[in-house]
Amino acid sequence: MSNGTITGAGNPGRTIDTVRAGLDRRYRAERRFRIYGLSAIVLGLLFVSILFITIIGNGYPAFQQTYVKLDIDFDPESLGIGDQRSNAALSGANYQALVRNALKVRFPDVTGRSDRRALNSLISSGASYQLRDAVLDDPTIIGTRRSVWVPADDDVDQLVKGHMDRAAAEGDRRLKDNQLAWLDQLQADGAIEKRFNTTFFTAGDSREPELAGIRGALMGSVFTLIVTLALSFPIGVATAVYLEEFAPRNRWTDLIEVNINNLAAVPSIVFGLLGLAVFINFFGLPRSAPLVGGLVLTLMTLPTIIIASRAALKSVPPSIRDAALGVGASRVQAVTHHILPLAMPGMLTGAIIGMAQALGESAPLLMIGMVAFIVDVPGGFTDPSTVLPVQIYLWADSPERGFVERTSAAIMVLLGFLIVMNALAVLLRKRFERRW
Amino acid sequence: MQTSVLILVLVALTVVGFYLGRSRSVAVAGGTAGSAQLHSLPSYYGYLTAIWCGVPALIVLGFWMAFQDNIITHFVTADLPAETAADPGQLGLALNDVKNLVRGNITSRATDPAMVAAADHYRQLQTISRLALTVVILALAIGGIALSWKRIGPALRARNQVEAVVMVFLILCSTIAIFTTLGIVLSVLFESIRFFRIVPVTEFIFGLEWSPQMAIRADQVGSTGAFGAVPLFAGTLLISGIAMLVAVPIGLMSALYLSEYASRGFRSAAKPVLEILAGVPTVVYGFFAALVVAPQVRGLGEAIGLSVSSESALAAGLVMGIMIIPFVSSLSDDVINAVPQAMRDGSYAMGATRSETIGRVIFPAALPGIVGGVLLAVSRAIGETMIVVMAAGLSSNLTANPLEAVTTVTVQIVTLLVGDQEFDSPKTLAAFALGLVLFVVTLTLNVIALHVVRKYREQYE
Repeated sequence: MSNGTITGAGNPGRTIDTVRAGLDRRYRAERRFRIYGLSAIVLGLLFVSILFITIIGNGYPAFQQTYVKLDIDFDPESLGIGDQRSNAALSGANYQALVRNALKVRFPDVTGRSDRRALNSLISSGASYQLRDAVLDDPTIIGTRRSVWVPADDDVDQLVKGHMDRAAAEGDRRLKDNQLAWLDQLQADGAIEKRFNTTFFTAGDSREPELAGIRGALMGSVFTLIVTLALSFPIGVATAVYLEEFAPRNRWTDLIEVNINNLAAVPSIVFGLLGLAVFINFFGLPRSAPLVGGLVLTLMTLPTIIIASRAALKSVPPSIRDAALGVGASRVQAVTHHILPLAMPGMLTGAIIGMAQALGESAPLLMIGMVAFIVDVPGGFTDPSTVLPVQIYLWADSPERGFVERTSAAIMVLLGFLIVMNALAVLLRKRFERRW
Repeated sequence: MQTSVLILVLVALTVVGFYLGRSRSVAVAGGTAGSAQLHSLPSYYGYLTAIWCGVPALIVLGFWMAFQDNIITHFVTADLPAETAADPGQLGLALNDVKNLVRGNITSRATDPAMVAAADHYRQLQTISRLALTVVILALAIGGIALSWKRIGPALRARNQVEAVVMVFLILCSTIAIFTTLGIVLSVLFESIRFFRIVPVTEFIFGLEWSPQMAIRADQVGSTGAFGAVPLFAGTLLISGIAMLVAVPIGLMSALYLSEYASRGFRSAAKPVLEILAGVPTVVYGFFAALVVAPQVRGLGEAIGLSVSSESALAAGLVMGIMIIPFVSSLSDDVINAVPQAMRDGSYAMGATRSETIGRVIFPAALPGIVGGVLLAVSRAIGETMIVVMAAGLSSNLTANPLEAVTTVTVQIVTLLVGDQEFDSPKTLAAFALGLVLFVVTLTLNVIALHVVRKYREQYE
């Protein structure tokens, strides 16, 4: 630069030219850099949208399920109960036979064992449970004939939803030509219909996609989160209050702070190892229980809650503390009567964010056995159960196309909960945020 | 009485204790008008009574529940035939059967009279224990109320005592963080030491072969097991490296753009959307990687004539990178905003363009903080579990080719520990040794990163 000024002193036009030439290059670099930055953001936003679009695109069909209308003859002879009407006899009766008979009547020209079997496999095995429940509800329907909508098998479901290629070679299809023909007949009669899939919200896990639901996992998550919240919120707030309001500055409190910061960054799976070694092996707590899951997640979310609570306490101006002490309150009174209520919205926000984290966590829960195949909906803190993210993991491993759909739908439910929780946290912050 | 009912009764008694204590203090002082004579406000006498009622009873209840099973089992063991009691394996089975009999479940074999007698004894002891517990707890609770009822008087420094209890509670809560770290270290360390007694440390750290399947019985056909963890470390590094290649440029550039170029409106719209990525559960990323990205990567590779494994490191790394973007960008954002405005202004005044200011002034100034943030992101990538469990391979493979399947430390921990575990087989213990490595590495990275970030902050404060 300085060189240029000296040589160009006699001729100002030349300096401005070199500067201009340089400027062009520099502005080009500027524009380039700006485009890099913008494209990084666009890429990021693109990833968000691809993620959501694939999941919603894959998942929304799972909220519908294909049903088939059958004329069921509730014939006591085929049920194999004669004239017994006791509950035990009714619940042990052969409802499978009713479905088979109904199909036999509907398709009288299907003979031969393998054809029959192919025909029967169009109806979900859940149909017989549905019939059993209907009979147990109202035993008087025995001996009558009614048309009942029963769930179709998941292959049929996929076909109806258009996920199966009819043009593919017969060997590559899960449904064979004769099955397609029968389904077309049913369709022509209006005996196939898609309905809202209530099973998905009321059933536990199942090996059959059409019978699998998220109720069990959801209840497991609820129980686990109750334990987590009940432990981590009081402990986290107490720790934050102690460190922020009472603790002397010494090595001991430094050690506590270092520990909290490090725990916040320990991989979650290590907490699983801790849970396995300490809670299950050492204390002998039951495996797969929401109680243990809650304990592990408590330890994991504590740092989040402590850090958020400390920030909330810090934002309360010291003048309030001084005023309380000035009118004769003790230090504990100043905290419990004045500072805590003012910091509470911030602490609750932290707690909600911590709970959202805990709700989405799955790795440590795999370690403590919450990954088992559990059909029953858990009813308590020590019942074996699984949680929503682990259910997603389990279903993602299943090869059936029906499970891909249900996995995405379960993800949608999980994300829905997370969005609600985070929105609540934002709302709480906005509503109670105070500028002093 | 059932334990849950007992706890409810205890809670009710505590509440009653509070009101009794409060009204007693008012009565002692001679009505509301005289309550000024009291050392503390009346409700503190209530709290004190409630503490005396609830706390000792709860502590006893906790200990009782923790040890009741062991003690009863000990007594019942004495009932069992001597030859069963001598063999630990047999004893465990027999005790299990006894417990099943007590609960009315199905037992693993035919019941013999000794077993039924033991079960009866078990049930009897359980009843006694439950009765004794009820009596002890209720006595403690009511005794506590009575004791503090007697002590209540104008001279009793109730507030100070209640506050002392509160302080003890606060201090106990704050030590939980230390106990958690201690618990992690001890639980991982003990199992690892047991593991290193079977497999030498050097073989574990430098061995090139990983196949943890071991014959459980001596006569079983099967591999003998090899515990060289180098392929796992290499796989972890490969996947984390790919993730960082995605996350660092995108995260850093978006942070720079948002803090230096973007208008306020754009920033407040784009930032939360990017942060959604941080809130998505990792299992969702895992599903996304396994179901969407991996097939795409494979298809793309085949289209240009490369053979790509369906569980390629590339797919897992890409998705992990996406997950880490908001992490890198929000950490860099903090650091970039901490660079004093005066430095920017100085640079602009010299005629530098924005990108020159960023490249020559802001970036060098923020570099230590950014490095710290990247280190934290690396530690996050190394410890990430669900994405790799769902999208990376299981078999160990020592390769640097991102198109092949590799396995990672976290994947192996999960595969070794999900399902049946036996705590005397190196296969299970190996998971804890891997956990130890993971803990030590991430801890070191965090300590360095936090140190760097803190040093950097001090520089500009």
